[in-house]
This record gives sequence, structure tokens and C-alpha cells, in this order.
Amino acid sequence: MWFKRNKDGILTSTAEKKETPEGLWYKCPACKEIMPAEDHLENLWVCKSCQYHERIGSEEYFHVLFDNNKYKKLDEKIKPVDFLNFKDTKPYANRLKDATENTNLLDALQTAVGKINGMEMVVACMDFSFIGGSMGTVVGEKISRAIDYCIKYKKPFIIISKSGGARMMESAFSLMQMAKTSAKLTLLSEAELPYISVCTDPTTGGVTASFAMLGDLNIAEPNALIGFAGPRVVKETIKTDLPDGFQRSEFLLEKGFLDFIVERKQLKDKIAAVVDMMYYSRKKK
Amino acid sequence: MIYLDFEKPIQELEEEMNRIREVGEKNQVDVSTAISDLEKKIIEKKKQIYESLTAWQKVQISRHPDRPYTLAYIDYITDGSFIELHGDRNVADDKAMVGGMGKIDGIPVMLIGQQKGINTKMRQIRRFGMANPEGYRKALRLMRLAEKFNMPIITLIDTPGAYPGLEAEERGQGEAIARNLYEMFRIKVPIICIIIGEGASGGALGIGIGDRVLMLENTWYSVISPESCSSILWRNWDHKEEAAEALKLTADDMLKNKLIDGIIPEPLGGVHNNHEEGFLNVKREILSQLSTLQKLSAEKLISKRIEKFEKMGVYHE
Ligand SMILES: [Zn+2]
Repeated sequence: MWFKRNKDGILTSTAEKKETPEGLWYKCPACKEIMPAEDHLENLWVCKSCQYHERIGSEEYFHVLFDNNKYKKLDEKIKPVDFLNFKDTKPYANRLKDATENTNLLDALQTAVGKINGMEMVVACMDFSFIGGSMGTVVGEKISRAIDYCIKYKKPFIIISKSGGARMMESAFSLMQMAKTSAKLTLLSEAELPYISVCTDPTTGGVTASFAMLGDLNIAEPNALIGFAGPRVVKETIKTDLPDGFQRSEFLLEKGFLDFIVERKQLKDKIAAVVDMMYYSRKKK
Repeated sequence: MIYLDFEKPIQELEEEMNRIREVGEKNQVDVSTAISDLEKKIIEKKKQIYESLTAWQKVQISRHPDRPYTLAYIDYITDGSFIELHGDRNVADDKAMVGGMGKIDGIPVMLIGQQKGINTKMRQIRRFGMANPEGYRKALRLMRLAEKFNMPIITLIDTPGAYPGLEAEERGQGEAIARNLYEMFRIKVPIICIIIGEGASGGALGIGIGDRVLMLENTWYSVISPESCSSILWRNWDHKEEAAEALKLTADDMLKNKLIDGIIPEPLGGVHNNHEEGFLNVKREILSQLSTLQKLSAEKLISKRIEKFEKMGVYHE
């Protein structure tokens, strides 16, 4: 959440997120501390006082990862269509239009290629702001093509997941993206190219039950919600309260489903370090 | 016999037929003409009702309590040769996922599927056909066994979803399903997947990657059940019929959208009316598909399997 300081020092909420950071303030939703937005940005949108990792989008992650914020986007023009004419309380076509207007994105995932500590990699990153980061046909197709690119140019692959799961409005088509992305990952693996899955808050449903759990390494930001069934559904099933920290990164690490947890500030260096060992500096077979 | 609400006209005719039969027996009267008239009427009525089922009605049939479950199909099509195999070799034996070896017309195959309970006690034990991670891992263990000994794999899908419990999450439900999707694309023997009842979400897909994916006529397959879809998108449970329509989850819609490879017909009035005819249709279809698939090399099977799923999706560019 962003705040603008007015003359008498009273804080008022503002939607002008893109305004120059000078004079803007960030209030941490976790510890309620207020800090200059500029400092918050410099800290890669992580609260300086409590380490709360604010949810950020693909452009921000590209900024976090790529050297000098330089990268080339892949398959930018792929757009979703409402081919089932799906309508609940609102037609899916309108939801898509609104989501694009509100986020300036065409769907919930962007792919890009660029250098991370000097090593070229392909990064696919999800945008939670686009219909809850839900996985539809476009997400599946862009991952599929990013993998084709990796295989063609022999590049390691990173996916940063941030998703509520499958996109219901694309029905079984969205379900089949789980199959499609998993199928393509088998080809990436055969080409012996590393795949690092980065789980961020939240990574749930069909995304967890496909590419997010299929990394050569599965890693996560601290305290991210990661699970198949949502906590509300689990709670309804067991009819008691959930234990503290249930389905959080630290819980998954303890249960054996993550290789390590990494703070956002270390994300770039850690990815670079493992990819260097697994790929760029390894002894070629 | 249990009748669904839209089957009421059939129920009335069948009850009338039974009454006439009783009267005939009691009074030693010949009622054969009346009975055969009614039999014809019943067939006509069934045709009429079953030819114009709504999506929601098909969902109801897929859950009909008289509908056979996985083990019933397996017993019939393997002609009693089935040997059940248990356990994931790690945590437990999941009763919601069954599997084992059997012969279909002399061909040894591995059969795997979700199993719903046939009575109150068994429904609990089998968690209504909702598998835990160890169920998916058992399925994968059996698939690898089949691969090692060059046996085709048949999966029978009938689940309201993967089990959303606390322990399921602790033991990595997401990872277990993801691993199956991934590994099923690398299995070197033919895989035939058949939706025999409910095909809900990742829980169904977790044993649903095949060279042929087929649906029985009155089943459904989608990303979510119509009830859950209604509760999430409409924020209440009252829109399940609209949701069923919107999800395009019937066998016809799934085939039209090229998300499955074929439909297996059910006997008139649904497989709950005539188990044996349903079993026979499934057996015939498996044998006919196997005769084609067994001619393909492992490389060909895998590349075609991957290509098929790779094509799924519609977008603009
Ligand atoms: Zn804070």
C-alpha cells in the first residue's frame, strides 16, 4: 500500500503508485511501520523492519533479477480469448478486458531472456494482479514456448510462481495447461538444462500441482503460502483450526518439499550461484 | 433401484409395469400384451430423456449410487484374473487409489484407478475416491512396474478431486500430482485413461496422462466441480446447473474441444441400468485401442503423447 505525504504530515492513501518515489511513503501491512517508498524500493519491496515480502509483479522481478534491468521479453503478443463464452456473474471477456486495463498486462505471465550475474537465462514470471495469477491457456503456451527457446538456445529456465491456481473461466483448457507445461519440462530435462522453480506468495492449486513443484530445485521466498488445496478448504475438511505456519515456505522446507528459502535480496545471487554450478561452470559431459 | 429427479417418468412406468405383473400373477390373467406395450414405452421414454440430458443431469448420473466403480470394471474386464497390489513403499496404502495386474483377453495389463466406497463404512475408508499423495505415488510405482515388464497401463478415473486434508498437504499433494504428470509423459508403454464417473481437477489428471483419454458417455471432466465453481464465482451454491453448463464438462463438449480422444457409449438409460453392457463396451474399447497402440515404438508413443497435450489451448496472437 502506498501513501502520499501531504502538507501537514497526515497520510492519505493514493493509487498513484507510478508517481516518483520522492515524497511517497510505504506502510507495511504486517508491522504497520511507515517508511520512505524510495527506501522500500531500494530494499526490493521487502519491509526494512520486519522482512515482510510485498507481493510484486513480473516487471519488478525482472528488475530484481536481470543485470542493469536489461532483458528482452519473449512472445509478448499472445493474448487470451474467451473461446468458451464463459459467463458467471460477469462475462469472462469483460473480466479479461478489465484485467488488461487495470494491469497493462495481456495475461498472468511474462517471459524474458537476459543476463543474471553475467549468465544468460530465461525467466517466466507470474502476475498475481491479473485475475489472481490464474493459469489459463496463455500462461501454458508462454511457458511452453519459453521452454522451446531454452532448448533451442541452450539456456537455463527459471519460473517465478505467484498464482491462485487454474483459471476456472477456461475450464478444462486451464486444467490441461498443467499437463502441457509438465510435458514440456520433460523435454527441457532431456536437454539437461537446469530448471529452477521459485515459489512466491501465493503458489497454490494447479500451479503447485504442476510446474511449481517440478524444479530441479524448488526454492521459495520466506513465509510464502504454498499448497495444493487452499487453507480455507483444508480447514473445512478437518473442521479444526490449522496449525501456525501451515503451508508456509518454512513448513514446506521442514516437510522436505523445498531445497531452500531465499530472501528477495539474495534471490539473484543464489539463482546465479546454483545455475553456475549446475550449468555454466560444470564439466561438460 | 434409485431414480434421479429427471428419471421420474421412467420410474412411474416401471412401477406401473410391476403392478400389472403382480395383478396378473395373483389373478392368473395373461398381461403379456400390456407388459410389452409398457416395455416399449419405457424404452421410448429412456431414449427421449437420455438424448437430451443437460450438463447438470449428466453430472448427477456420473454420481448415481447404482453406477459401478473402478474395481467392478476391473473384475469384469480381467475375468477374475486381477491381483491387487498395495502401498507406495513409503507412507501407507491409500484405499482411495487401487491398482494391480490382470489379463484382458490374455494380455497382461496394469490397472489403476480411484475407488469409491460401496457402503457407508467403505465410503469413509476410501475417502469418497479422493486420493492422498501416497495414492498418486502408489499409482506411479505401479506404472513404473508396468513399464519395466512391458505391460500397457489402463487408468480408470472417478474422483471428486484429490483429498484436501491436512496430512495430504503435509505429504505434498501438489508435488505428488505434479510428479505423476511429469513421469506419465516419460512412460514407455501405452497408457489408456478412461473417465468412468467424475473427473474433477488435478485429482483426476494425476492419473490422466494417456495416449488415449476416453470418457464414458455420461461422465464429466473439468478443472473444478460445478458446485465448487458456483461457490467461488457466484459466491453461493445455487448456480451449480449454470456452472455445469458454462464449464463445458460433458464428454461431447470435451471431444468437440479436442481435450479427449473419444467417447465410450453407455447402455440405454446409463451404465447404472446395465452394468454388464457398460463393462463390455469398456473392454472392447480397450482391446481395440491396444491393438493400435501396441504397434507403436516407445519413442513414437511418448512424442505423440507430448504433442497431443502441447496443442491444447486457444489464444490470439
Ligand atoms: Zn514490516
